[in-house]
Amino acid sequence: MMHNKITITPDLIAQHGLKPDEYQRILKLIGREPTLTELGIFSAMWNEHCSYKSSRLHLRGLPTKAPWVIQGPGENAGVIDIGDGLACVFKMESHNHPSYIEPYQGAATGVGGILRDVFTMGARPIATLNALRFGAPDHPKTRHLVSGVVAGIGGYGNSFGVPTVGGQTGFHTRYDGNILVNAMAVGIAKTNEIFYAKATGVGNPIVYLGSKTGRDGIHGATMASAAFDDTAEEKRPTVQVGDPFAEKLLLEACLELMQTGAVIAIQDMGAAGLTSSAVEMGAKGDLGIELDLDKVPCREEGMTAYEMMLSESQERMLMVLKPGKEKEAEAIFIKWGLDFAIIGHTTDTLRFVIKQHGEVMADLPIKELGDEAPLYDRPYVETPKRPVLAPNTIASPVSNSDALIRLMGSPDFASKRWIWEQYDHLILGNSVQQPGGDAAVVRVGDGPHGLALTSDVTPRYCEADPFEGGKQAVAEAYRNIIAVGGTPRAITDNLNFGNPERPEYMGQLVYCIRGIGAACAELDFPVVSGNVSLYNETNGRGILPTPTIGGVGVIEDVTKAMDLAFKAEGEIILLIGKTIGWLGASAWLATILNREDGAPPPVNLAEEKANAAFVSQLIADGTATAVHDLSDGGMAVGVAEMALASGIGAEITVLPSGGPQHAALFGEDQGRYLVTVRDAATAQAVIAKARAADIAIDEIGITGGATLTLPAENPISLETLRHAHETWLPAYMAGEM
Amino acid sequence: MKSAVITFPGSNREGDVIRALHHASGVAPMKIWHQDHTLPHGTDLVVLPGGFSYGDYLRCGAIASRAPVMDAVRAHAAKGGLVLGICNGFQILVESGLLPGVLMRNAGLKFICKMQHLKVGRTDTPFTSAYTKDQIIKVAIAHGEGNYVADPDTITALESEGRVAFRYCDAEGDTIKGNPNGSINAIAGIYSEKLNVLGMMPHPENLIETLVGGIDGRGLFASVTAFKGAA
Repeated sequence: MMHNKITITPDLIAQHGLKPDEYQRILKLIGREPTLTELGIFSAMWNEHCSYKSSRLHLRGLPTKAPWVIQGPGENAGVIDIGDGLACVFKMESHNHPSYIEPYQGAATGVGGILRDVFTMGARPIATLNALRFGAPDHPKTRHLVSGVVAGIGGYGNSFGVPTVGGQTGFHTRYDGNILVNAMAVGIAKTNEIFYAKATGVGNPIVYLGSKTGRDGIHGATMASAAFDDTAEEKRPTVQVGDPFAEKLLLEACLELMQTGAVIAIQDMGAAGLTSSAVEMGAKGDLGIELDLDKVPCREEGMTAYEMMLSESQERMLMVLKPGKEKEAEAIFIKWGLDFAIIGHTTDTLRFVIKQHGEVMADLPIKELGDEAPLYDRPYVETPKRPVLAPNTIASPVSNSDALIRLMGSPDFASKRWIWEQYDHLILGNSVQQPGGDAAVVRVGDGPHGLALTSDVTPRYCEADPFEGGKQAVAEAYRNIIAVGGTPRAITDNLNFGNPERPEYMGQLVYCIRGIGAACAELDFPVVSGNVSLYNETNGRGILPTPTIGGVGVIEDVTKAMDLAFKAEGEIILLIGKTIGWLGASAWLATILNREDGAPPPVNLAEEKANAAFVSQLIADGTATAVHDLSDGGMAVGVAEMALASGIGAEITVLPSGGPQHAALFGEDQGRYLVTVRDAATAQAVIAKARAADIAIDEIGITGGATLTLPAENPISLETLRHAHETWLPAYMAGEM
Repeated sequence: MKSAVITFPGSNREGDVIRALHHASGVAPMKIWHQDHTLPHGTDLVVLPGGFSYGDYLRCGAIASRAPVMDAVRAHAAKGGLVLGICNGFQILVESGLLPGVLMRNAGLKFICKMQHLKVGRTDTPFTSAYTKDQIIKVAIAHGEGNYVADPDTITALESEGRVAFRYCDAEGDTIKGNPNGSINAIAGIYSEKLNVLGMMPHPENLIETLVGGIDGRGLFASVTAFKGAA
């Protein structure tokens, strides 16, 4: 047994991930040596994940407000008003380290955690998305990780009963030892029925709900040491195990209970479990919390206070109930077969008091646990600016047709059907647009509103220039929403970076955040929730900086949503936005020349906004028949994707820039869209309108046939393109390449 | 037509089938809890919806098939009442003995969610009168364990008695190329001997609107609605 009152040694402090000066801060705060349970509580609250101690200072600069924002960062999830008395509740969160250690459970519990964040606020989840980054395909662990992560995401979401509607999957050797699993959940609630974590009222019952507490997930890597454990009990895995069935019951029971008016405050037990949920409820409400651990439903016997406070067992909730409503609440949880226990009450002492077997195991100031967490202004250096690569200095070693086929069949561009067919993307009957398009489109209830949902980031750009890369990630999310006919409303950001104690990685974080902030401010696209994952590195080498942006837009009438498939033969293809043929940090450069150098394409936010408004108008007035945003891979990949989505080919006849053809075709200039219109007369009218509004526009070709033809090259059959596009991932996963 | 949809712990497509029935009949179905011992008086159709009842723990459908309400469902079926089990509902029907055979893991060992073509069998049943024989329809599948298996005698009986309700096929009707999960004879759904119990893995309830994938699933709900409407 571990003893609660033990001598706190420097070793013990280090094993809890606390720095000596952080321990001094603890001594100063409480005026004595902490007990073991208290040390554990501090380490849980003050770690990077919970305290944002390295990023907090910089996150403050992000725009978080807009008239439609109901709740910004700081709650379980962000909330925006989408009209008709409805709110959209959403957040994205990472589960990177657990997914590398145990891909199925790591990914599954990542999905479970983010779903809980959303329904904790009273919202019924209607969709999930994800952003996955794996190591190089030829790395020996990659196939196993892809297989496990995808099965885990599907295994949890499918059983829980929420459609997985979109996402992105990329491969790069910099993720070899540290994959990224970012999951986003989106839910719908009534604007007047949102639930928060803030406790109110003294003496109100604190109720524990859901699954029982076990020894899983205790303190991750820092505390698996047997040195504290005289009985040398077997080490438990630090990765939690998910039970989607329990989560589904928890969802239904929580939503049913919320309808009774019994719930004052609610907080899910995620990272740092009971500790973090109880402290947040108390601290936000300026109340103390007293818990009696003898009342906590446990899966195993003889759990210590330390273990119970740090367990990360899944599918658990903490609530503050209105007094007198306990019986009613209990009946609902018994009906759903879940545990229900009154484990404490709110107090007016502002202390966080933990009792077990009649003894006080911890007694700490509750506000300071959160507010007085260390805050670091870590040293950082700006990533050196890279030279801009002039298009005419880079020759193409292959024909443009060959380059296109190679790109379409490359790991990052190849169809991810093998992945999304393992996710139930059709349940609930509201998935208007399937995975594979720009943004997923999901109808809200029986309509007429819809949501446009997307997750985006181009890590190659963020590595080359964190500020521009951060801007671009937001701009691409914005563009994807515009392309399906949505109005971009807000984002959730999931910032995945290396070790913040290294100034170069800290610099990536700082400048990406600044870039995100600049784009959000200019595009009126505030951040309402987010998550920071640092220390993503192996053997001293960090991952590519990867600030994943989850974007949400509103579609007023979902029956008018736009998609990227060509609609008919003989339609005119227009390119909106300025093209100079930017090859620096492009997919073409990486895939064809195996180079990742050069400055990434800059994002002109004013043009981004103007072009978006122009495209939105073309969708709204029925002029556009298909719309696709351009991102990496450039115009040629964009046209190919539109052709494959429809089975109708195209001929690109004119290129917009005066530079080399491959630069015009594969350059990644930002702020661009491909739009088709019915005929030449319509095209002329649109071109005239664009020129009058000072919007760059080019007529580049015409739809038709079963081939895609690039200027001055032989036609490529759509079958060839489709084969390249669809074959790579299934063949790779079958071990055939 | 009075229909009732049962919710088991872990059911998750009950809302989808409620919507489809409501859409087809203009009347919202009744919701039944798995702990109930009786069905509402006058129930014509009982639906066991898709999902992961009891998390698919033990075996898909095995625990739900022992729920109190299943005795009432068996009695309803014995009297000739209509029973429809979709996906997990089909798994529960085979576990409860109302239909023969078992649903094994998909041949590819992976969960599959996609649009899938089916070939409609006979159309003189309460569930398929709105379709034409051998009509190819497009509906959704979403399952990890939909590989229908039964002993040779059972398969012979199902085939000779015309009890294969739907077969998987491709867009051209090829049941070999279009079989997604390895089911014997590409069986996607089967009837009981009296044709009043239908179990099927695909999800017609997700294909009732042009905006969301298509309307090929409507026929099934139109059929059951018309059947009792006429009686």
